[in-house]
Amino acid sequence: MSNPSSAERSTAPASPLLTVKQLRVDLPIAKGTLHAVRGIDFHVERGEMLCLVGESGCGKSMTSLALMGLLPRKAQVNADCLNFDGVDLLTVSERERSNLRGARMAMIFQEPMTALNPAYTLGNQLCEALRRHQRVSRKAAHDRALYLLERVGISAAEERMRQYPHQLSGGLRQRVMIAMALMCEPDLIIADEPTTALDVTIQAQILHLLRDLQQEFGTAVIFITHDLGVVARIADRVAVMYAGEVIETASAQSLFQAPSHPYTQGLLRCIPTPGKTLPGSRLQAIPGVVPNLVEKVDGCAFCNRCDQADALCHTTPPLQTVADRHLSRCHFAHQLSNPAQLNTQEVTL
Amino acid sequence: MRAFVFKRTLIALSVAFTISVLCFSLLQLSGDLALSIGGPEATAEQVEQIRVEYGLDRPVLEQFTTWLWGAVQLDFGRSYYYQSDVMDLVVERLPVTMTLGIMSLAIALGVSIPLGVVAALKRGSWIDRMAMAIAVTGQAMPNFWFGLTLIIVFAVKLQWFPAAGSDSWQGFVLPAIALGYYATPAMMRLTRSGMLEVLEADYIRTARAKGLRTGTVIFKHALRNAVIPVVALAAVELGFMLGGSVVIETVFSLRGLGQLAWNAISRNDYPVVQAIVLIIALFYIVLTLLADILNAVLDPRLRAR
Amino acid sequence: MAHTLSPPVAAEQHLVGSWQSRFLRSTLNNRSLAIGLLIITTLGVVALLAPWLAPHAPYLQDTANRMVPPIWHETGSWTHPLGTDRLGRDYLSRLIYGSRISLFIGLVVALISGLIGTTLGVLAGYFGGRVDAVVSYLLTTRLAMPVVLVALAMASLMGGSMLSVTLLLGLLLWDRFAVVARSATQQLRDAEYVQAAQALGCPLPYILLREVLPNIAGALIVVATLEVANAILLEATLSFLGMGVQPPSPSWGLMIAEGKAYMFFQPWVITIPGSALFILVLAINLLGDGLRDLSAPGGRNE
Repeated sequence: MSNPSSAERSTAPASPLLTVKQLRVDLPIAKGTLHAVRGIDFHVERGEMLCLVGESGCGKSMTSLALMGLLPRKAQVNADCLNFDGVDLLTVSERERSNLRGARMAMIFQEPMTALNPAYTLGNQLCEALRRHQRVSRKAAHDRALYLLERVGISAAEERMRQYPHQLSGGLRQRVMIAMALMCEPDLIIADEPTTALDVTIQAQILHLLRDLQQEFGTAVIFITHDLGVVARIADRVAVMYAGEVIETASAQSLFQAPSHPYTQGLLRCIPTPGKTLPGSRLQAIPGVVPNLVEKVDGCAFCNRCDQADALCHTTPPLQTVADRHLSRCHFAHQLSNPAQLNTQEVTL
Repeated sequence: MRAFVFKRTLIALSVAFTISVLCFSLLQLSGDLALSIGGPEATAEQVEQIRVEYGLDRPVLEQFTTWLWGAVQLDFGRSYYYQSDVMDLVVERLPVTMTLGIMSLAIALGVSIPLGVVAALKRGSWIDRMAMAIAVTGQAMPNFWFGLTLIIVFAVKLQWFPAAGSDSWQGFVLPAIALGYYATPAMMRLTRSGMLEVLEADYIRTARAKGLRTGTVIFKHALRNAVIPVVALAAVELGFMLGGSVVIETVFSLRGLGQLAWNAISRNDYPVVQAIVLIIALFYIVLTLLADILNAVLDPRLRAR
Repeated sequence: MAHTLSPPVAAEQHLVGSWQSRFLRSTLNNRSLAIGLLIITTLGVVALLAPWLAPHAPYLQDTANRMVPPIWHETGSWTHPLGTDRLGRDYLSRLIYGSRISLFIGLVVALISGLIGTTLGVLAGYFGGRVDAVVSYLLTTRLAMPVVLVALAMASLMGGSMLSVTLLLGLLLWDRFAVVARSATQQLRDAEYVQAAQALGCPLPYILLREVLPNIAGALIVVATLEVANAILLEATLSFLGMGVQPPSPSWGLMIAEGKAYMFFQPWVITIPGSALFILVLAINLLGDGLRDLSAPGGRNE
């Protein structure tokens, strides 16, 4: 779970690969405007695996599409800062944006069965990803595709290149998607729930694969998921989203050891723990429902479901630092995280 | 694949057989053919002579089998009117009709596919509305009237194209427009709805995520999939056009199969009529088979069957 | 708390009210349906009231006043607002009476072909198996035939007349009815209410007429409008070629044929009946589109 280059990072402060400040995404719909993302802050360091966790509808997919610039035209994207390796994504032209996509930032989607064009061979679609951005010969592109297919664990790669998507299973297709994302050696890969649609056994394989590739190629990855189990396995850092906001960010270790937001705590409580949870006892759930984001949300979005809530929660809670690089958007964040842990987590840079 | 083609060929042949039976029986219902060939002036002797000469005195079944046997060898007998073999007449006229059909199809495709693509891309815009208006009005005009109007406007008033005749390629332009426009609305709508559907697909999002240029996404990825049913429809429409060439060839005085059929009908020259109906039916059957094959060629997912 | 759950979405507006008021509202909302219905009703009324609306008798020849141009030309006059033809017959009156021919043939042909096609289609869809195979074969054969040619040939055999045209087209244009009826029935075949009727031992005609037919009627009506338009165009084509309605009947197609010789210098002789045909068929197509939107909103991927 630890970032191998954390030692290097602690000596020289490098600027993050991706900086997001107050990102807002509004979607005009029939009944008004859906405030899908309501001002989120996070960043991604080079080469690190950031997990974006949240339940359905919390805005994590919207965030990823906004970063890639793939939202429909009627969506309104605003931010104080949306910076990718020095490029201001807010002001850049669509042409330059398309130059970035695939080459510097790539995306893997949730449903592999429909993500590939049924009319073209895999080889065609793989090579196209490379030749769009780099001047390479057909042979060079072909060789790179072969190499990556093998690297993602697909045997008989040469034959697969000539096959069509419908001839492959979901797990294999997702591996092809990963290979395709890597064709141009991007600095950042956004993986939007890439294992959700796969069998559990395949899930584990793909997760390991992603983790290995990420460390080998030094690619930063934003891994979007709703599954805390996945987070525990692969994340370096975690950002928890709820109702269009990031309500807690921390290193994975810090998050699991000292969750500092009632929502995160609730999520962790929901997971039955062998040894701790009594067999036959009721599964825990967080009572209540997610607020409607079409209407304006005042104050803390979670307070109607929170057992710690009081009058203070009518005002929007500020982002509190409860530990080194551990932030939580709750008025009671400090009380929630273990005071003892708080001291030992202080790391001097 | 081979079994599929074989089965379809079998069906095709039996359909062709059925049609020829139908044609033949209808002719028998028309009364005394020898009389109508001879005309009102003929004497009883002449009529009898005609009867023997054309084999009309033989039992019906024998007439039919004789004809069928000849048809299989591409010998459709002799024309009552033209004093030559039906097959010769057909072969002489076929190129004109084929040219007309293919040109009409080309014009129809050339208009409907781009229009459908643009209408889908700019959905709700004035282009989209104009395209739908063209679709709706196109299907409402009788093609002979449209043809005549084209002649008045382009041949007489503007003098851009000749009003009749098949000597030069210009003589085919107006007829091709008159024949082709009727197929345009259906193909345009199909292209448009196909594009709208395909553009929502996940693989288009993947293509954009790879940073592909807009043109590549639209043409290489989207249109390639959206156009599959349109191509299949185009093959079938060509069959319809060949059948509908009667009117257009008559209006524009083109020496094609349609005009030959029309003349034959008005002169009771039934061997010719029978042969042309059968030939056009066969063309249609072949074209529908071609449409299915094209479908399988263009959509790799269908090839497993 | 400010953030409540979203208020329950108001019940779908269009389901409120009696079916008559719903229909009226749907019609007014649906432009093509409204326009189509308006034009067709107008033409229907005109056709019915022809003897009272037409200024002259349609067959009355007046050789002294041949080829008088319509009112928008300099030499036109209000006696003959749309001019006269080569035999001096008033064009407006012939146009009005011609609407009777088109509408009558269109409706009767759709009726006949609808009966044939629906019967074949429902039987094929309901029974499947060999019945389906036979009907499908008939369909393929019929589709392979070049309709115009066959109609022409048969018309020349039977002699052109309103009756022969109607019968002929009715016997030829059933294919789309059969296709739609067949696929719609296939979808219903395993429906619970059909199975219930079968379990109750209801006789077959009852099941088909009372359970199946009403539920496929929607799709069939849409097809019917298309076929009316088709029949009208085909009758015009046949009459234009001389094998349809015979002179002196004022069939619009025939009027175009008769005017063809003069069209270069007096284009209105063909423009007027042609436009009439165009407007009528356009209205029917709009009606069909509107009906289709009613029964399957969003089905056209608009």
